[in-house]
Amino acid sequence: MLPFDFEYYKPASLKEAIDLYQTAAKNRKKPMFISGGTELITLGRINLVHTEAVIDLKDIAECMVMQFEGDYLVIGSTLSLTKIEETNHFPLLTKTASEVADHTSRGKITLGGNICAQIFYRETVLPFLLADSQVVIVGPSGIKVSPINNLFHEQLQLGTGEFLIQVATAKRFVTAPFVSIKRRQQWDTGYPLITVAALKIGEEVRVALSGLCPFPFRSKKVETLLNNREWPIEDRVNSALSELPGPILNDVEGSAEYRLFVLRNLLHDVLEVLGAS
Amino acid sequence: MKSQIIELYVNGDLRTVTVRSADTLLYAIRGKLGLTGAKPGCLNGDCGACTVNVDDWPMKSCLMLAVEAIGKNITTIEGLKKTPIQQAFVDNFAFQCGYCTPGFIMNCHSLIHQHPDADDKTIKEWLGSNICRCTGYAEIEKAVKTVLENQ
Amino acid sequence: MDVIGRSILRKESQDKVTGRARYTHDHHSNTMLSGKVVISPYGHAKIVKIDTIEARNMPGVKAILAGEEFPLTGEDIRDRPPLAVDKVRYHGEAIALVIADTPGQAKKAADRIKVQYELLPVVHSPTQAFQKDAPMVHERLGEYIKEKHTTPVPGTNIATHIKIRKGNMEKGWTESVTTVEADFSFPPSDHVAMETRCSIAEILPDGTIKIMTSSQAPFMVKQLIAKYFNEDIGKIIVETPFVGGAFGGKASVQLEILAYLGSKAVGGLPVKILNSREEDILMSPCHIGLDAKIKFGADHLGIIKVAEIRYLWDSGAYSDKAIDLTRAGAVDCTGPYNIENLWCDSYCMYTNHPYPAPFRGFSHSELSFAIERTMDLLAQKLQIDPLELRYRNAIMKGHTTPTRVLLNQSNVGDLQKCIVRLKELISWDEGQVKEMNNRLVRVKGISCSWKTSTIDPNAPSGVILTFNRDGSINLMSGVIEIGTGTKTVLAQILAERLKMNVDNIHVKMEVDTQTTPEHWKTVASRGIYMAGRALLEAAEDVINQLREIASIVLRAPKEDLEIADSRVFLRDNPLMGLHFQDICYGYQYPNGNSIGGQIIGTGNFIMRHLTHLDPETGAGKPGPEWTVAAYGVEIEFDRRDFTYQLVKAATVVDIGTVLNKKAALGQVMGAMSMGLAFAGRETFYFDQLGRVLNPQLRTYRPLHYGENPEYLVDFVHTPDLEAPYGARGVGEHGLLGMPGALGNALSVAAGVSLHHLPLIPELIWKTKEAKS
Repeated sequence: MLPFDFEYYKPASLKEAIDLYQTAAKNRKKPMFISGGTELITLGRINLVHTEAVIDLKDIAECMVMQFEGDYLVIGSTLSLTKIEETNHFPLLTKTASEVADHTSRGKITLGGNICAQIFYRETVLPFLLADSQVVIVGPSGIKVSPINNLFHEQLQLGTGEFLIQVATAKRFVTAPFVSIKRRQQWDTGYPLITVAALKIGEEVRVALSGLCPFPFRSKKVETLLNNREWPIEDRVNSALSELPGPILNDVEGSAEYRLFVLRNLLHDVLEVLGAS
Repeated sequence: MKSQIIELYVNGDLRTVTVRSADTLLYAIRGKLGLTGAKPGCLNGDCGACTVNVDDWPMKSCLMLAVEAIGKNITTIEGLKKTPIQQAFVDNFAFQCGYCTPGFIMNCHSLIHQHPDADDKTIKEWLGSNICRCTGYAEIEKAVKTVLENQ
Repeated sequence: MDVIGRSILRKESQDKVTGRARYTHDHHSNTMLSGKVVISPYGHAKIVKIDTIEARNMPGVKAILAGEEFPLTGEDIRDRPPLAVDKVRYHGEAIALVIADTPGQAKKAADRIKVQYELLPVVHSPTQAFQKDAPMVHERLGEYIKEKHTTPVPGTNIATHIKIRKGNMEKGWTESVTTVEADFSFPPSDHVAMETRCSIAEILPDGTIKIMTSSQAPFMVKQLIAKYFNEDIGKIIVETPFVGGAFGGKASVQLEILAYLGSKAVGGLPVKILNSREEDILMSPCHIGLDAKIKFGADHLGIIKVAEIRYLWDSGAYSDKAIDLTRAGAVDCTGPYNIENLWCDSYCMYTNHPYPAPFRGFSHSELSFAIERTMDLLAQKLQIDPLELRYRNAIMKGHTTPTRVLLNQSNVGDLQKCIVRLKELISWDEGQVKEMNNRLVRVKGISCSWKTSTIDPNAPSGVILTFNRDGSINLMSGVIEIGTGTKTVLAQILAERLKMNVDNIHVKMEVDTQTTPEHWKTVASRGIYMAGRALLEAAEDVINQLREIASIVLRAPKEDLEIADSRVFLRDNPLMGLHFQDICYGYQYPNGNSIGGQIIGTGNFIMRHLTHLDPETGAGKPGPEWTVAAYGVEIEFDRRDFTYQLVKAATVVDIGTVLNKKAALGQVMGAMSMGLAFAGRETFYFDQLGRVLNPQLRTYRPLHYGENPEYLVDFVHTPDLEAPYGARGVGEHGLLGMPGALGNALSVAAGVSLHHLPLIPELIWKTKEAKS
């Protein structure tokens, strides 16, 4: 039961969406773009989200694409995670997405919604951080394309009235060897204790994490240390652990100390599976 | 336009309902259409008791706004008529209190339709979306597998 | 036996697979108003001010209740205000109730009620509550109205203290060559019935109070509302349709009171209150926590000579059912072992946690964790096979229970048989530990349990049977269909007794306290025992009436008449007889003359020979019989990560007689699943302010499909001579041994002794770290 009312719009074009947002903003309606809309409901019902104008992006053609264009795989932001998994163009994304929430919910949760989520795990961004993907964003000043690693710092840095249309990933990353492991507090249900996604590009292992800090990240510093083949794995992992960003989460899913214990083993596994030892 | 009259295509019928934009599909089908088979269990997408099918895929109707369902083909438990999965639930004692049952059956129904050759991993992935607090899941597993095998 | 034991399909099956089965919240009308409760955000705080002005002016608001003194409530001690007034004692406590036209309006208004609090020091555990300088949860404990046998200690946080004193402790310690001593603890958790609690109340112009509620105890709702608010009990009618799971959580009376007060505030209009999941977890009663201290002394053969036990039960903010839980924990405090010298203190401790309802097993899964872990510690110390140790100490006929009930061939099951069968079932002889590779190891843990049902000594049950014109029978019992299938099993019992087709027995699923004979509460695995006995008496009544009229028509003595297949007939000439349909509404002669009349069968049952406990020694008879069981859990444990999977779980329970095979298996497996989830994952996480940090199903996570183990279930058959067809209660027992067995398996696998729940990998890791 949402304790507030809002106007609901379902624009059919990018321009219409942008215009609706600006008009609503002008009228102080605190407009909100949604795609899957699950957080509007789950956070709205406990008063953690409020809006008076909802702009649903699901009818916009550009946001629904999923195809190879030239050297790139382009995935629209309003595709449901289930749809992306069933199509399975990008196995690392499939594997990482398939651990989010549960199967039925993933029929509603979308790629854009998960990447731009308020709940901080945002696990589906990990593959794109690793693959140096490009994000296609639209806003009042038009469409722009940027490397995701320039624009994603803890969360996707969107300006007022902007939203994500697509993510484009070069083919060679889509097919590269990968690992994706989600570890939970217990068994197979729940938020991540830690999710690690890794991609092997040539001899280089790239690693991105969710659930360790209150934001997902990929750290070049950590990767450099992990890839230092001069050192034994033990030392590489140890040095990587000392270069983590902060703060380390300490919550009902697990203590910070335990998370570091789990991470240590996960990093070992990643290096081992990707043959970097 | 905070309240509006919309048409929902439910169980093969076009139904006209007045909803707030903020009303969930669950609220609309239960409160406005009297289809109380879908159950509220958490209203947060965590338990699956409110699962219906939308365009033949399982959907937690508490996670969807009624206005989002315009133009979609909605099937609730009331729309199933003597399907094999319903009988399999009965024969295998796959429910006790029955509260999670409509949601579980709707999820199974879609699974059987989308993946008639579903393996254990797929079954687990799909059915992990619903909570049954009464059974230990063994009977539900048997019910769904019986139907899959008989196809 | 023809019908008994068969897996007769549930009578309500088709309703439940078509969405037609209706639960309380499915009953709605346009005139119904909605209630929304405002709950405390803190564990312990003084209420400085409640500002409802803005809320009162919101659209649709009909009434707001806040800050008003209502009579105190509570089953044994009246310590609980329906809405908090001076202070809040737990996170989730109800402090205001908004009544509005729609749920949305009620919620919007509730969000606008502003409450000013002043934080008070929080009592975080029963152990802390027990300390001398602990903050007081109830400053005026001595002034509350209480039941006679309840023993609160004013000036402390002790709501009651049950003492068990048996044998000679000094003798016991002298006879012991070895002792083990250990502490165990776990916080409260939740039932998570899939249907959140819901109550609807309405007061008619003539003063009739109508309540519909998702409850295991509609007859208690009636009694308690009458008692608390001085209402005329005859004017209270409580209806309960299907209940979407309960597990003890719906045996407490709480939401009904709020709905009643809400309706009263709006001139008797119908008011519905449906708990959100968060409210159901926080505000409504939870699953009890426990701090336990166990000390055993044993001889060189492992025979336990003496036990000293202290249970500090986490009663949370209010005592309600925790008093009974404390007593139940005391009467079976030793687990299913014969211990002649015994000292047990079972304390009901107030804390600033949510307060408990009964939980499936009623204190037994909780105490079993402590006892069964201690049994394994003893086995380890004496180097005795843990299953053998339990076999040697198994309680059996000729022994006495902690409260000195002499056990006989009927009032206790055969634990040794259960152990022997378990041993085969889990291939115990193949070894407890199996190495899979350098990381993975498969380990089995075992445990045992027993349980009696400590119900009120005068608890009643009644059954009414009526006929339809075709000779089929309607069965009316006050047992609630909470999912256990009891009503179908009752139909089986009647079919068996009357030797008739079970399809011709119609069971009324809904209960309404005005027309359904009372069944005390649908709790404690006592549905079949009590209602079954009442039913058999009603069946005798029907048989007698059928024979009476048939004897006149057939011109034969009653003694020569048999009953089967819905007919009354001559024993030596079955062709000569009458169908029920010819006599159940009187017999009409060809000329129109009629005799007899509508046959209505009635039967009742009341527990025999139960007593209160002696306040100094605990001596007394708390329940009718003890069901016993043995359990095994096999896990695959990762020695590097401390993670594990549940591979198999086994239960062998002495069920007496199986009444419905698949239903019985379902009860046992479901209970095992719940026990494993409780043991392995479910708990409340609290912060320093006493707030529960995980009140949603995405953070409080019951077992999901595929996380469950393979279930191995078997039965031993030692009939309870007092029970219908010898059947023992079985609704709870699959759960009781799971925490102990899982704890024992993991302790062996990890090489550390685990003393807390839930048994998550982090706990194992932390325990290992502390050791090294």
